[in-house]
Amino acid sequence: MPFEWIAAVRFLREGRMQSLLIIVGVGVGVAVIVFMSALLSGLQANLIKRTLSSQAHITLLPPEEIARPQQATDTTALRLQKQAQRLRAIDQWQTLRDRLETWPEIAAVSPVASGPAFAVRGEANKAITIVGIEPERYNRVISLAERLTAGQLRVGAGEAVIGIELAKDLGAEVGDKLRLSAADGRSDTLIITGLFDLGNKGVNARNVYVGLRTAQSLLDLVGGVSSIDLALHDLDLAERLARRIAGETGLTADSWIKTNAQFVTALTSQRVSSNVIRFFIALSVAFGIASVLVVSVIQRGKEIGILRAMGATQAQMRRIFLLQGGIVGFFGSLLGSALAWSFLMLWQLLARNPDGTPMFVIGVEPGLVALAAGGASLVGILSALLPARRAAQLDPVVAIRG
Amino acid sequence: MAEPDDRVLHLAGIRKSYGSGEVESEILHGIDLTLRRGEFAALIGPSGSGKSTLLNLIGLLDRPTSGQLHIDGEDSGQLDDTGLTRLRGQRIGFVFQHHHLIPAFTAEENVAMPLLVARGRPDAEMFERAGQLLDQVGLAERKQYLANRLSGGQQQRVAIARALVTNPSLVLADEPTGNLDTHSADDVFALLREFNRRQHTTFLIVTHDPRLAARCDRIIELVDGRIVADQAVASA
Ligand SMILES: Nc1ncnc2c1ncn2[C@@H]1O[C@H](COP(=O)(O)OP(=O)(O)O)[C@@H](O)[C@H]1O
Ligand SMILES: [Mg+2]
Repeated sequence: MPFEWIAAVRFLREGRMQSLLIIVGVGVGVAVIVFMSALLSGLQANLIKRTLSSQAHITLLPPEEIARPQQATDTTALRLQKQAQRLRAIDQWQTLRDRLETWPEIAAVSPVASGPAFAVRGEANKAITIVGIEPERYNRVISLAERLTAGQLRVGAGEAVIGIELAKDLGAEVGDKLRLSAADGRSDTLIITGLFDLGNKGVNARNVYVGLRTAQSLLDLVGGVSSIDLALHDLDLAERLARRIAGETGLTADSWIKTNAQFVTALTSQRVSSNVIRFFIALSVAFGIASVLVVSVIQRGKEIGILRAMGATQAQMRRIFLLQGGIVGFFGSLLGSALAWSFLMLWQLLARNPDGTPMFVIGVEPGLVALAAGGASLVGILSALLPARRAAQLDPVVAIRG
Repeated sequence: MAEPDDRVLHLAGIRKSYGSGEVESEILHGIDLTLRRGEFAALIGPSGSGKSTLLNLIGLLDRPTSGQLHIDGEDSGQLDDTGLTRLRGQRIGFVFQHHHLIPAFTAEENVAMPLLVARGRPDAEMFERAGQLLDQVGLAERKQYLANRLSGGQQQRVAIARALVTNPSLVLADEPTGNLDTHSADDVFALLREFNRRQHTTFLIVTHDPRLAARCDRIIELVDGRIVADQAVASA
């Protein structure tokens, strides 16, 4: 071990109480930062997952058409009439689908033929959206199969999968018949093969999944699709990719980031404020380390003078104190990570859904611990800069005389 | 006349002032002094006469305001802080009044410290040498003791071993026995003398004790920052 390391470790070990206190101080700071980071990223990942459970990452629409609203509306009937004559198709969608599937950023491509209609069963009559899909493809964009509460994801000819909300409104169950009537008197009677719950009341009340063919004939879109849904490997790239696709294809491309602008802004400002908090915690940890080391330089003035008299250079003295800062930061971060891990375990024990399952799963990832350790060591070294400079510049004559 | 390279220390017109402007006060007023290899010299004088100041200059811990200072022929005026530090580490050993060991290290580690500092990493050879020296100062049994668990006399003997570990040309001792009882003081002094005789190391020892000064080869007397007497001791 180099001389500087030996001296740094010995000095820290000798000043036992001081070293221990500052390591605990660093540990508490790191624990709060790690805990907050883990909690926040767990929370945000969970929120995003919930939001995207019924939404594509990017939706491609024919040019000029307005973005499809996601909210459940009472205006469906209105739109039904307005859009009846202008439901537009995407040109050459098969070619486009096959081309997009080769893009490395894109995880799945799902063509959709959707449009307004009424669901009729007995006396009940509800405004709905027909969503015609290729089930395997669609399922890779929105995990419909996992979200079934009854039946199967089967949308062959004459089959439909509806949301639990609509089923309740219509008093229908799996195996029951359902009549869909669209514009211009086109209509079809389908058997309900499955019920889904996508975690969004509007979607559960509105979407009726049918085969692409069925939808095309009901909506007078023969051979065409009205939109293409995309899933990406990296959610954060959605907006950039949407622009690129729009540029290359001339289609309208709406990313989830744009459709959920308010939500995304909220997430971002949450992250910003947590970064501010983390910065100030790191700053106060740095001041803590610096003040302990400044005191230590004063206390060790005599020893610094002796070492200088023995031939230790200013650079060596500086490194001894920089190392002490780094070591304190490093061990503090280990302690802090362990503390954060305990907090998180405790939190998961206490924060539970009414049914007793954890609200969401978060853990201290090894990457986060490594980052905390690296960060805290760096903060330790940085906060030791000033004390180390003082140690290096100490006049050995004065130090020895004292 | 001895060979020029026989001169371990050569001072010419050394002045030292503290403060500046109105409050500037000169402590040393032009010191000329030469020490040759193997000399065992005492530096005496009243308190406040500038003995420690002079020793710190010779030890390259401080720089003179003016004048020339050569150690083993090397002009210290030409060196930057790193150069002074290296020269100090290689050529000079220190023994201080308040023994000044580093309490976080063992006796053996304290003795090896100048070598550790110079080489940057511990090695077997430096601890072997430290062990031999501790043996010679009669502390073979205490090698692994932490420095602050030794008595004052023992600590000073460790400090002597440390001062000699690099085989320096010049050992500077500032009242090395000032803090010890007569018995320990005699022991420590005898040790210094022994190393001087055996290795021909040059010693410059500040002392208040006329009895010990009389046992040196040469007595240099400093009063008010000037050398007022410099003579060989007949009986030595
Ligand atoms: N850093 C300093 N600043 C100002 N005056 C000093 C300083 N160091 C020593 N002196 C003064 O220099 C004079 C000589 O001190 P010193 O060399 O310690 O004398 P001695 O060792 O002979 O007792 C004293 O008057 C002391 O007050
Ligand atoms: Mg003195």
